[in-house]
Amino acid sequence: MEIIEQVKTESVPKNIPMDLGHVKISVQDLSAFFGKTKVIKNVSIDIPEKKVLAIIGPSGCGKSTFLRSINRMHEVARGTITGKIIIDDEDVMKIDPVYLRRKIGMVFQKPNPFPTMSVFNNVVAGLKLNGFRNRKALKEIVEKTLKQAALWDEVKDMLNKSGAALSGGQQQRLCIARTIAVNPEVILMDEPASALDPISTAKIEELIFELKKDYTIVIVTHNMQQAARVSDYTAFFYMGELVEFNDTKKMFTAPSKKQTEDYITGRFG
Amino acid sequence: MEIVKESDTHKKLQDYFRKSREKAGASRKTFLTKILGNNNLGDIFFERLTLLFAVLVFLLIIFMGWEMYSHSILSIRKFGWGFITSTTWDPYSQVFGALPMIYGTLVSSFLGLIIAVPLGIGVAIFLAELAPSWLEKPLSFLTELLAGIPSVIYGLWGIFVLVPWLRDTVEPFLQNEFPNSFLFQGAPYGFGMLAAAIILSIMVLPIISSISRDILKSVPNSQREAAYALGATKWEVTKIILSYAKSGLLGAVILGLGRAIGETMAVTMVIGNRPQISTSLLDPGYTMASLIANEFTEAASELYLNSLIELALVLFVITIIINIFARLLVWSTERKWKLSPI
Ligand SMILES: Nc1ncnc2c1ncn2[C@@H]1O[C@H](COP(=O)(O)OP(=O)(O)OP(=O)(O)O)[C@@H](O)[C@H]1O
Ligand SMILES: [Mg+2]
Repeated sequence: MEIIEQVKTESVPKNIPMDLGHVKISVQDLSAFFGKTKVIKNVSIDIPEKKVLAIIGPSGCGKSTFLRSINRMHEVARGTITGKIIIDDEDVMKIDPVYLRRKIGMVFQKPNPFPTMSVFNNVVAGLKLNGFRNRKALKEIVEKTLKQAALWDEVKDMLNKSGAALSGGQQQRLCIARTIAVNPEVILMDEPASALDPISTAKIEELIFELKKDYTIVIVTHNMQQAARVSDYTAFFYMGELVEFNDTKKMFTAPSKKQTEDYITGRFG
Repeated sequence: MEIVKESDTHKKLQDYFRKSREKAGASRKTFLTKILGNNNLGDIFFERLTLLFAVLVFLLIIFMGWEMYSHSILSIRKFGWGFITSTTWDPYSQVFGALPMIYGTLVSSFLGLIIAVPLGIGVAIFLAELAPSWLEKPLSFLTELLAGIPSVIYGLWGIFVLVPWLRDTVEPFLQNEFPNSFLFQGAPYGFGMLAAAIILSIMVLPIISSISRDILKSVPNSQREAAYALGATKWEVTKIILSYAKSGLLGAVILGLGRAIGETMAVTMVIGNRPQISTSLLDPGYTMASLIANEFTEAASELYLNSLIELALVLFVITIIINIFARLLVWSTERKWKLSPI
């Protein structure tokens, strides 16, 4: 039934057949709306498990909206979607968003630590929401996640300082630590390094490389080199449509669509 | 082709900037600049002007305090500190002690706040975080409308609706339920501390709720998103937002307190106007503002008049102390994290 529906829709891109391995999230004929404006147009894509999928495309083409509909954050901005997003055989629209978002973590473009909480409490904010209170275990988790986020050495002596007392790059890594502390299965990143200097950016890219051993990662980026460096697969969006979804190497060496080529070579966008 | 065009605009821009700089240079030679010194006339002028206003406000406060002090010198000499520690206010025998009014002012205001703060912040949370937008606008408008009603109308409503209701229903009920509580002793007149507290709470509610709503709305959306993305429920998100906004909310509460302490008309209409201290909420009391308003025209002797002005001075000083204290409190909650680079 579903397959037939999918084939019927015109704008489903004819993807290059690829071996994606195990599919973690399957997006089927997704459209997203703000009011009556359709900002995502019938997108279908399979997101492979424990790989990095990069999403590229010009500003305003719907990358963030696409990303947010995966963990239903579009609802916070009062958007609506049609179509289906399946994670591990479950329809996300049928999962309680609170539970869903604990399974699918998110890192935002602008670092947004909680300024009223200490560095320590920022890291475990999600765990505390879950009712987790064991101080000793929390300490271990804080150390482990901060090390994972390549931040431990820089903040280990200021765990009691406000989360806002860190530099921008440190704040972003703190936000990443906060996201992975709850041990999600998927991490969505919306231009996580766009506000950072080259060194912090490099650290975050290394981090993504480490994280994909355990997590499925979807990252939105405006930086072509970054997409090429960190991702296994790349999806190119244009005006709300998925133009091309390809193996990253192929995408950047031999894109199959003229539009993609124009975009990644910087001819428009 | 295009490059030529671009450099054309560029040149025009440069010309424009050069000209405007020359203009500014010309104006530098006016005599005002000589007085004011520095190079940018507008900025300096603006800075000095605003500084002048700030100093004026400060001077005005000092001046008012000094005026009140000098006009109450008779009672200050006669009663000393006894003025604020004595409980007898008896114009007939020329004995003036302000403690019952100080007590009445503080207690009625604090009780009013105890009712108004949870309600007001609750309304603000609803308006800022939960209400759908079609409901938010009219509701916000209505709460702000409450703030614009003249206080004498609240007073009338108090006399004709609130007081009878308290006298016939609420107060007998409270006395029945808690027969031994020191809070509910004495005859249920309706007029009294409880009525004043309720009136005050209704009057400060719109202030607290509308300011708190603005403060909650000004919390960056990224905070909400961060919390939601961690899998927070609506209530948990609200808690995080409240903690982010707490110094602002504290400010809103203080503004409400200021309003309650100074409120005169509505309170005097329902509090019973008796200069006494009673722990019972059902008993009548008096506030500084109402006593001044009620007795000012009757003050026949110099000492009486001086005592009333000293009472005003006490009210003035208490207001200032509360405001300073509140500022410190707001600062101390802000200071912890406002130093952040982003
Ligand atoms: N909360 C919102 N309300 C209404 N329209 C929105 C909202 N958020 C996004 N849009 C619209 O949806 C479209 C896609 O926006 P989106 O943020 O997904 O773009 P993007 O690809 O992430 O852009 P950028 O690269 O600049 O971040 C835009 O046209 C935008 O105007
Ligand atoms: Mg975006």
